[in-house]
Amino acid sequence: MQRKGAASNLLFEGSDWNFETLARAYDAIETVALEDLGLDVYPNQLEIISSEQMLDAYSSVGMPLMYQHWSFGKRFVFEDHLYRRGRRGLAYELVINSNPCITYLMEENTMAMQALVTAHAAFGHNHFFKNNYLFRQWTDASAILSYMEFAKKYIIKCEERYGTTAVEAVLDSAHALMDQGVFRYRRPPRLSSEKERERTRERLEYEEQTFSDLWRTLPTTSESSDPDAVERDVSERKKALNLPEENLLYFLEKTSLILEPWQREILRIVRVIAQYFYPQRQTKVMNEGCATFVHYSIMNNLFDQGRITEGAMLEVLQSHTNVVFQPSFDDPRFPGINPYALGFAMMQDIERICVDPTAEDRDWFPEIAGSGNWRETLLDAWANHRDESFILQYLSPSLIRKFRLFLLSDEADEKYCEVASIHNERGYEAIRAALARSYDIGANQPDIQVMDVDLLGDRHLRLQHNVKNGILLEEASRDATLRHVRHLWGYEVSLAGVEAETGETLYECSTADIEE
Amino acid sequence: MPNFIDRRLNPKDKSLGNRQRFLKRAREELKRAIKEQVKSGKIADVDAEHNVSMPARGVGEPTFQPAGDTGERQYVLPGNREFAAGDRLPKRGSGAGATGAGAGTGQSEDEFQFVLSREEVLDLFFEDLELPDMVKLNLKESVAFKRRRAGFAATGSPTNINVGRTMRNSYGRRIALHRPARKELEAIAEEIARLEAGPKAGAKHQQRLEELRQTLEKLERRRRRIPYVDPVDIRFNRFEPQPLPNASAVMFCLMDVSASMGEREKDLAKRFFVLLHLFLKRRYDRIDIVFIRHTDEAGEVDENTFFYSKQSGGTIVSTALEEMLRVIRERYPAREWNIYAAQASDGENISGDSERCASLLHDELMRLCQYYAYVEIIDERETEIFGTTDNGTSLWRAYRTVDGEWPNFQMTRIAKPADIYPVFRKLFGKQPAVQVRK
Repeated sequence: MQRKGAASNLLFEGSDWNFETLARAYDAIETVALEDLGLDVYPNQLEIISSEQMLDAYSSVGMPLMYQHWSFGKRFVFEDHLYRRGRRGLAYELVINSNPCITYLMEENTMAMQALVTAHAAFGHNHFFKNNYLFRQWTDASAILSYMEFAKKYIIKCEERYGTTAVEAVLDSAHALMDQGVFRYRRPPRLSSEKERERTRERLEYEEQTFSDLWRTLPTTSESSDPDAVERDVSERKKALNLPEENLLYFLEKTSLILEPWQREILRIVRVIAQYFYPQRQTKVMNEGCATFVHYSIMNNLFDQGRITEGAMLEVLQSHTNVVFQPSFDDPRFPGINPYALGFAMMQDIERICVDPTAEDRDWFPEIAGSGNWRETLLDAWANHRDESFILQYLSPSLIRKFRLFLLSDEADEKYCEVASIHNERGYEAIRAALARSYDIGANQPDIQVMDVDLLGDRHLRLQHNVKNGILLEEASRDATLRHVRHLWGYEVSLAGVEAETGETLYECSTADIEE
Repeated sequence: MPNFIDRRLNPKDKSLGNRQRFLKRAREELKRAIKEQVKSGKIADVDAEHNVSMPARGVGEPTFQPAGDTGERQYVLPGNREFAAGDRLPKRGSGAGATGAGAGTGQSEDEFQFVLSREEVLDLFFEDLELPDMVKLNLKESVAFKRRRAGFAATGSPTNINVGRTMRNSYGRRIALHRPARKELEAIAEEIARLEAGPKAGAKHQQRLEELRQTLEKLERRRRRIPYVDPVDIRFNRFEPQPLPNASAVMFCLMDVSASMGEREKDLAKRFFVLLHLFLKRRYDRIDIVFIRHTDEAGEVDENTFFYSKQSGGTIVSTALEEMLRVIRERYPAREWNIYAAQASDGENISGDSERCASLLHDELMRLCQYYAYVEIIDERETEIFGTTDNGTSLWRAYRTVDGEWPNFQMTRIAKPADIYPVFRKLFGKQPAVQVRK
């Protein structure tokens, strides 16, 4: 009798799944997630897809709706080839930061994997999306799907009206500047509703139609040779254009003199998408760490309750260890630091510090060591950090030792690299700071800003690259990208590389010198 | 309980549009890659999926990227074993051996590989051959089907109703269910009428009339309930697409391989052979290809030797024709095989031999062959000199006489890929009336 009771307590048996077992597993996982871990999630929508559909989703950067562009086709044939050759497996799931939170589950997964993936994506990622400050402040989960639908339709409409080639040309140029199309410090405006967008567009079109140069009533500025006046003029117009501006796409969209309204709208679409993904790029370690930690806790909890079989648990653990595998730097498989491994290890480490701290931990983390309150500590960390600050705050010496991290400094002119720090008392701080810095997207991406442009004069657009640590730009792709800027701007564009600390100009190039 | 949605039945190939855009974008690069593959691959291989690798440069997506070889950087790496602070490690790029490895990895990132479907390959292959669209379509279509009668079905469109079969079913059902026949009803109705018309008699008469009326009503009700033709009776003619009967064909590739045939000539000849093979493959289940090369003597060789090995010597074209005759006699009896031949040459021949070639064709070969195509590969400058005149090499003049007499003989001069197709025009035009030997 008792045996029978135990058997019926199981959520599923065997590897086949159906919607009934999926729902049963989901409910059990939800109970653990909400009651034991105290997660707070968007409503879930789980969608079952086939492997081809997963490949499709890959190539459209994981969005369920995406406009058409050849670069997505390129990504598709690339992924498809690797997959068919068996060089790369597909992800078991894909999750979209939207409200309701959409999770794709692959139909090939076994039931144990479906449960794991549900815990990982539908609760781990979902909680992170809903609570992390970057996502809360910078993305709008409830508006993104309708915005993407609008974007897709809008671009199809443009293609019908202006031709695929013309639209493709704008998209090519906009994609080249995607990395420079985000606000890093200023919060972007919320996505407006469909209706408002429609109104704005109508207004723009009306303005365009009724524009008449005869109404220009401002007196033309008189030529002045006074250097002070020139300087004042320059600072006036910089102020008027809100310069310097870090968001090149935004600047071009608002200021370029040659773009049609539909071209501006396309720039805006690309910019909005870039901005939407910006928080994800800043929280790779935390996001994956959070999801991995959540699925590990939930699955273990369910196993302890006797609700999944030992066989299923072994499968889950096998998959889990694959995910958090971190090869050493000299291993041929070494791809860099695995965000799953680092994130998961750090979160487990936080739990350990809270529950069972050593003397060293008490020195390093006086606030949390021994507090026993690891759930709250983790919820707080997930909500209020990004990768850089999270590592700077929580990477412990014991973890540095466990990963045997070391710091290598590399100067381009030298023939050798130097080991700057290793996992010892003197090295911990330096390694922790350097690792945190390496996750700071803002600091690692070329910092390029619009410095000046004289709209009434020669309309020469001056960009400035603030060179940090002497890292210059790759010339071929720099010139090609500048050509794209020129394509959107319509007049000469130049880029000056300025050493951030000394203010010394390192290089200058202009589209006038680049051969078309 | 969350919201589950089963998306598996949603349309696949969401990125097909993107793929086509990408191929369009990379067209020039892909064309070059396919051309290379056609040049180096086998004739029969053109008609299949292709794995192409292409450099990413044509389809690059430039962005502002930090240059790897400048500035100072710091890396944090896991898995330290023996290093202590202050150790110096030689850089990967500095050693002589290591530079090679670095360059190698760089290249593999730039190059990327993917599979083109058969249609896409053929599109690219056809592009500079200037085929008419209908021909392209015909070559790309795999098998021709014809709808044939194949028994009966219970469902179908009204136009396909088989009346005979339907009525037979209806008749059987009516007998089985005892549907009253019209004759039976009429007999009763007649009797009623007779009784009603007759003198009115006693209760017995009335009772009889009442009985008859009831029977009539019962029968009529029964008749209404059991329809004459019921949907279950209806049968439709069933059609099944069946592939058109195909038979075997053999394709002879004849080529002059003497020193005067250079790289360009061989490349053109190869495209010509590929195209003929594609045409034939549409029509026949099985195609054998026989390669015969000749200088002053001829021999049957394999494809590789045919295109790539060099042989020196003079040129006697008739040896190739004799070799072809020998192969036909030995292995490909004309009763069982459709014989196609394609000959490529630069037109040079030893003096006096051209007439012999013409007579060989006249007397024997043209009787056996479904089709014989001769292409003379000339210099692009020569096109202007010769144009369409009959002047030219002795072989050309001799073949001219054959051309006049046999409708299935085609000859042309080609100087560039676009010239190849006209040779086939007649072959293709003839297709509806193709005669298939069993």
